[in-house]
This record gives sequence, C-alpha cells and structure tokens, in this order.
Amino acid sequence: MNRDNDKGKILLSRTMFLAIVNFILLFVLIGRLYYLQVFQALKYKTMADENRISTRILMPIRGTVYDRNGVVLAGNEQNLSAMIVAEQTPSVDDTLAEFKKYITLSEKEEQKIRKEIKNHRKFVPVKLKDNLSWEDVSGLQLNTASIPGVIIDEGLNRFYPLGKYTAHFLGYVGSVDEKEKNEDPLLTVPGFKIGKSGLEKFFENKLRGISGDVKLEVNAYGRIMKEIERNNGQEGESFHLTIDANLQKYAHDAFGEHSGAAVVLDVHSGEILAFVSVPSFDPNLFTKGISHEDWNELLYNEKNPLVNKVIAGRYSPGSTFKIAVALAALENNVVAKDKSFYCGGAMTLGNHKFHCWKHSGHGHQNIIQALKNSCDIYFYEVAMLLGIEKIADMARILGLGSVTGISLDNEQKGIIPDKEWKLKRYGEKWQQGETVIAGIGQGYVQVTPLQLAVMTSRVANGGYAVTPSFTKLSLKEKAKIKKLPISSKNIEIVKQGMFEVVNGANGTASSSAFNVNGAKMSGKTGTTQVRRISLKERQSGIKKDEDLPWNLRNHALFVGFAPHDKPKYAVAVVVEHGSSGSGVAAPIASKILQKALELNI
Amino acid sequence: MSRYYEQRFKGLNLSLKDKFFNLNFGYVFCITLLALIGVVVLYSAANGNLYPWAIKQAIRFGFCFCIMIVLALVDIKIYLKYSYIAYFLVLLLLIGVEVAGHVGMGAQRWIDLKFFKLQPSELMKIAMVLVLAKYFHGCNLQKIESIKGLIAPALMALFPATLIILQPDLGTALMLLFTTMAVFFAVGVQWWKFAVLGLGALIATPIAWHFLHQYQKNRILTFLNPENDPLGTGYHIIQSKIALGSGGVFGKGFLSGTQSHLNFLPEKHTDFIFTMLSEEFGLIGGVLIILLNLIIIAYGYIFAFRTTSYFAKLVIIGLNTNYFLYVFINIAMVLGLLPVVGIPLPLISYGGTVMLSVMASFGIILCMDVNRHINLGRSSLGDD
Repeated sequence: MNRDNDKGKILLSRTMFLAIVNFILLFVLIGRLYYLQVFQALKYKTMADENRISTRILMPIRGTVYDRNGVVLAGNEQNLSAMIVAEQTPSVDDTLAEFKKYITLSEKEEQKIRKEIKNHRKFVPVKLKDNLSWEDVSGLQLNTASIPGVIIDEGLNRFYPLGKYTAHFLGYVGSVDEKEKNEDPLLTVPGFKIGKSGLEKFFENKLRGISGDVKLEVNAYGRIMKEIERNNGQEGESFHLTIDANLQKYAHDAFGEHSGAAVVLDVHSGEILAFVSVPSFDPNLFTKGISHEDWNELLYNEKNPLVNKVIAGRYSPGSTFKIAVALAALENNVVAKDKSFYCGGAMTLGNHKFHCWKHSGHGHQNIIQALKNSCDIYFYEVAMLLGIEKIADMARILGLGSVTGISLDNEQKGIIPDKEWKLKRYGEKWQQGETVIAGIGQGYVQVTPLQLAVMTSRVANGGYAVTPSFTKLSLKEKAKIKKLPISSKNIEIVKQGMFEVVNGANGTASSSAFNVNGAKMSGKTGTTQVRRISLKERQSGIKKDEDLPWNLRNHALFVGFAPHDKPKYAVAVVVEHGSSGSGVAAPIASKILQKALELNI
Repeated sequence: MSRYYEQRFKGLNLSLKDKFFNLNFGYVFCITLLALIGVVVLYSAANGNLYPWAIKQAIRFGFCFCIMIVLALVDIKIYLKYSYIAYFLVLLLLIGVEVAGHVGMGAQRWIDLKFFKLQPSELMKIAMVLVLAKYFHGCNLQKIESIKGLIAPALMALFPATLIILQPDLGTALMLLFTTMAVFFAVGVQWWKFAVLGLGALIATPIAWHFLHQYQKNRILTFLNPENDPLGTGYHIIQSKIALGSGGVFGKGFLSGTQSHLNFLPEKHTDFIFTMLSEEFGLIGGVLIILLNLIIIAYGYIFAFRTTSYFAKLVIIGLNTNYFLYVFINIAMVLGLLPVVGIPLPLISYGGTVMLSVMASFGIILCMDVNRHINLGRSSLGDD
C-alpha cells in the first residue's frame, strides 16, 4: 500500500512537470508569434506586397516627327494583332485550325505558337499574328463564335508614311540590344523599340518619353486580380523638322534610276529642306522585322542603298572645287578680276603634261570665263600661284574637309589635303603637281555632298558661316551666325562666275537654266574621274565614258543656288557614275531648285 | 454541493442523466468554440464560400460531437476491460492496410467511411494510451522502475510505430512515440533512462538519416534553412512566415488575407490554416487560438489531478499529451520552429480523420472526469 501511495505521488509530481512543460511550450509559440507579427511585421508586409503586387511598365507613346508643314514623317500606327488565350477555348487545336481559315499561318509560325502556348500559363495570351489589316480583323470578329479564345490586341508600331523617301535622315527604330540596356527598366520590356539610326537615334531622349507603370494585384500563378494604381507616364516629345516633304519626294524622284545624293539648304540659316540619298530602303521593313532576302538585297546592292551618301559618301569635288580656289585666289590677291591666262588645252610642268577637259583649249580666260567654261588650265595656273596651303585654308573656311556637326551618325570628314596632311599620311613631301590637280578638285581632295551644299550656301549668302540643321533655328541662333573672313566683293565676283555657268551663252550648265518669275539659278558643274587614265590609253584615244561599265564612269556633280539675285536655296547634287556634271547632275539640281521656288518654302 | 455528489455517487453506478449533467461544460464549450472558429476560417479559405470545406467540416463536427458525448457517457469500466482487445483490433487494422497497401491499393493507408477516412494509425494513438494505462495501472512501482517491466509496453509501442513509419508517416509515428514516452515519464520511469534513450537517439540519428525518404530529408534540411530552396520545399515555410508577419497585430481582416487568397500560401485549409487565421486576424486571433488550446489542455491536467483512479489519470495524461502534441507541432511548424511534417491543427484544419480522433479522445477524457469518484482498484483488473 505504501508503494501504491508512492506510485500515486510520483504520478502527481511527474504530471505537474508535464503540465508545466506544455504550458511553457505554448507560451513559446505565443512569443514566436509576437516576434513575427510585431517585430518583423514590417519586413513581412513588404514581402507580402512584393508577392502580391506586380508592377508592369507602360510603354510611352513615341513622339511624332513632322516636316516643316506638319506632314507626318515618323508616326505611330495601330498594330492589330490576334492573340490566343488557351484557357478560353475548349480546344486549342480546333481554334487554330479554324483561325487558319481566315489568316494564313506558316508551318513554322504554327510550331512557334504551339511552343509558346505550352511554355506559358493558360491565361497568358500568346500572339498568333500581328500587323493585321482591318479586313482581317473584321473577318475574325464576324466569326468569333467559331474561334473561341482568340482576342484582338491593339498596339502601336513605328510607321514612316514616306518610307524610302525619308529613310536616310530619320533612320529607324528597333529592339534594344543587350549592350544598350541600362538601369532604365523600360529598355527591358519585350517589344520596346528605340532609335537605331538617324534622327530617331539622335533625338531618342526627346522622342522616347517617360514610361508609366501600373501596379497590379496578381495571385501566386501570375493571374491579374485587379489594378491597384496607374501612372500613365509621359508621351514622347513631337517636333517639326525643316524638311519639306514635297521637295524631299520630288528631289528623290528626280534621280530616277541614278545613284547619288542631293541636299537643299536654306542659304541664310542652313536649315535642311531636302536630304536625299538614292537608292534608299523602306525603314518600315526594319520596324516590322526584315526578311533575310530583303536584307541581303540591301546589303549586296552595288548602289549601296544602306549608305547615307549625303554625309558618308566621299567624292572628289572636281570642278565644283573651283569656287573655293577662285575665292582663295581673289582673297589672296593672286589674280585680279580681269587677269587672264591662256588655255591651249594642256600645260606642262616638269615632265608632266596637265590637260584641260577641252583639248582644243579655251584661249584667254579671266576668272568669270574660267568658271563659266570650267577651264582647267586657268585653275592650274592659279593653284600654282596660290600654293596648297591657301587653297586648303579657303576650302576649310567654306566648310569642306570637316564634319558639319549635323545630328546624324557616321558623318565623314572628307579630305582637304595640305603639306602637313601628306607628310603625316604618306610620310612624303608635297609635290607641286599635286597642288595643280587640287586646283581642279581632283587628287586627294574628298568632300561629302553635305559639305558642298554648305560651301554653296556660304557663297550664296554672301559669306555667312551657316551650318546644316534639321531643326528650325531660333532668332537668337540665327543672329549668332558669323560672317566669314571673305570680302563680299570677291564673293560677288565668284557668284557672277556661277551665274555665267548657268545663264551665260555656252556656260557648262546653260542647258539647265530656268527663269521662274525672274528667279534664276547660279551654280557650278563638276565631273570627276573615278579611275586613272593611263598614258597609253590617252595615246590610243580615251574611251567614251558611256562605253565604260557603270562603276568606272565619272561622277557627276553640280552645286547651285537660286534665286541668283536674292539667294534662298542652295543645292548640291552628286550623281554617282553619272558621267557628266552638266549633262546629268545640273538638270537634276535645276529641277529641284525650280520645285523649291515653286513651293516657296 | 460536492459533498452531496460524493455521497450520492461514491461507489455507485451513475444514471445516464447524472452522467450527462456531470459533463464539464466549460471543456465542451472551449472545444465547440474552437471548432466553430475552424468553420469560419474554412469559409474564408474558400474565398467566402461554405463550399467545399466549411459546410462539410461543420457536419463532421456535429457527427464527432455526438461520438464524443457517447464515449463520455459509456461505462468507464469498458475502457479498462477492453483496452487490450481494442489495441489488438487496431493493430490488425494497421497490419491490414499495410498489407493491402503493398498488394495493390497504392499508398492508401485508410479505410473510406464516406465522411471520414479512417486511419488506423490515428486510432492507434488512442488504443496505445488505453493499453499503456491499463498496463501501468496493474504495475507496482518496483516493476515500473525495473527495466524488465518496461519491455512489454515498449514493444507495444514500437511495433505499431514501426508499421506507421513504413507507411511512411513519420509525423504520426513520432507523435505515437512521444505520447508513449510521456506516459512512461508520468508513471515514474527514472530520469536516467530517458537520458540514456536521448543519448542513444543522438547516436542513432546519422544512421536513421540513411533510412529517411528523400522528401523527409528535404523537409528537415529546408527547416534548417528555408531560404536554401525558396521555390521548392522552402517555399511553404517562407510564404507562411510572410503571411503571418504581414498580418501584424490586428490582421488584414476577414476574407482579406492576400497571401492566402492569392494562393501564395499553400495548404491554407489544412496544415497551414493557423497561418491563414493569423494573417486575417493578426496576433490577436493567433493568441486567442493558442490560449483556447491552452485552456483545453489545462482542463485535461485538472481532470487528471482530480480523478481518483490511476488508470483514468494515465488515460487523461496520455490523450491530453497527444492533443498537445498536435497543437504544438502544427503551430510550431507553421511558425518555422519545426520542420514541415504534415500534422494538421486539430478541430480547425479541414479533414475528418484527426477531427474524429481528437473528438474521441475528448469523449474518453470526459468519461474519465465524469467518473472521477469511481476508484478502479488494481483488483478490478481481474474481477471478470
């Protein structure tokens, strides 16, 4: 019985112990709960929100680019696409089969769609086809009953209404490259596009706008439950260019099948009115995704449609350079207005014979006549008297041989050679013969069409240092344009010469003369060799340019401005392998200037 | 009053009516309150729907409540008398489902009773307590303190525990062993034996590790460092902590728990229901649940102290410990204090098996308390 008592006592004390342990453990739970829900509440609240709130970036609407008259050059086009939501159709297979009755899908596309459907949750819309026409969409909408799960989504695509006409200065937009990504989350949004070249790239920051975002409540599977908050962001800035869409198209078409470049500037401001590089390409192909064939065709075309010839094409200026040489001569008092040289068709220097383009010679030529007839001998003589340094100085003052600072990538500097340049480049001394051929814009001299247009503007406006610009200059900016260190009197003499080129009897561009309500054109032709003519060939008779293969023919150039009395527009035209400045380039320039006058920009 | 009862009931068989009014209504009230809270939380878990869980759970509770009352009102001597038989019957069931499971019913370890899935392993917890209570009721202290006296009860516990581990249901097996150890401890098995056992377990751990299933290993590893595998097994516990923590003191409000309603919280209607409740009702709701359980457990100990017979005391201690283990393991698990072992929160988690098992336990505990004045002497073991 005693032992039984002990047995009871032990049970009592042990039970007491167990009870206490139980209570302690339960209070440990309360302590833990308190720790999580009071001390760590904030941390876990943040984590719960991170779970629940999904922030989606709203792409801003890209700014529109207009021409000077409000014509849209780069805008946004509605992109209608068909999507499929797998959970909204009883059978994906049936829906796809039915869908194909209205919209064709290639084998490859269908495989891709099936893969996407498999890889995503059932409520995620998968794209079936985009860039649908209104007819496609209305066809689908009439038959919604037979294609359950198909929805129409409206997006925006960059669109260039003028297509190939504006490709070279507008550039295009494309998907973001890995190396272009930065801390801006917008750049990581699939389908977001940024400027890849041209003004689209240069004005990217302005055009892009600021992304908005929308905070959505999502469940664990990513399904959207509701919208919590929306911040719409800011549309990209729209702006006007100085381009005139009509003139742009007209100038482009004026080239016909030719390859080359043309620029029209406002001579007083440098504002670009037309900017043409032909042949061109359709930038809309790039935004929609270009096919392999189309891309190869652009890449291997011998006329280089992808190259912006206005700023990246380097050409010997040929006789158009005589404007700079003539001004250098007058400014340095090497020749007077009336001073003439005799042209007998050729000139010998050492054991080299330099020819005039006119083998029979021009006879006595003063500066006006030499410009009018583009007499090479006159300019050989003048160049020798000047020396290369003074020629180069004037060329640079007029804007040749350096980038114009236009807002586009890949602008070439060109070459205005001098003694130092040659020593650096070839480690050789400058030869006098090189000065002679530089006098007619051949040899090392290389310029871009844009530089030629700048030179022409600076001469036409009486010696003001305009630079080309795609955007309108403010009055303040216009007032800042400096006068160049060239006397107005000498500029007038050169302009007189340029007037004679077009309007004088038998001037090299006389066949391109016009008179639009009293407005006449002045200018200068240029024809430059792209191959060296050997002595043997010269002796056996030079082949006619037209008989050569296209890529060996001469380049044809013309620079001009109008009206002569009150200059407004300057134009530079380069026709690659166009054979003749007077025969091919001048007529194009003439047509462009007439159109500009007609439009009265 | 009490003297009146003592005089009236001493050594007498009570009438059913007397027994009924002698039920501890405070205890029954706490149990009912918890179950009702469970129904409310299940209503929220279904995003404000009675279906599919709340209504079914309420019906189950009603049914189990009846079972509890019936078990509370039966003659206490029956428990003493039939405990061995009950134990062997349950053991047979356990072997039966084990064999059937191997033969071709897949991993099914239960018997389907429409509203309930009867798990023999759950029944075994009760049968084990009864059989141990009866065994120790008949032992003297000498036998309890000898090693020889412990061999039989140890085998009685180890055999079914092994079967349950093989199912594999480590959580239930461990609970069974813990309950057994609590009873061993209560009857007075010496401290040093537990120390030796602990030491042995420590040595056996690395060996046992080899025999664990990969998912069991993962659960333990994940418990030790949930951030290790945030999308796999660690996901549950991380999401549970986020739900709890973000609930704060006052909670997010009824039907407004984001973690649970947006499905970040897994198993919100079963194992993680405490998390859901604490997300919506905050610290206040969580503490209320723990305190209600504490009151129920405290009642159990009070009953153990005031009941007369050794058998009844041991039955109450064993079943009460079993209930405590459920509550503690489940809540500690969702709070990140224990590995996720798949133990539901009794009375609140959706599911019939555990509901039936704990309500049956409450019924037996109530029966022990109703008959607290009856002294089941050691002699009564052999009286039939």
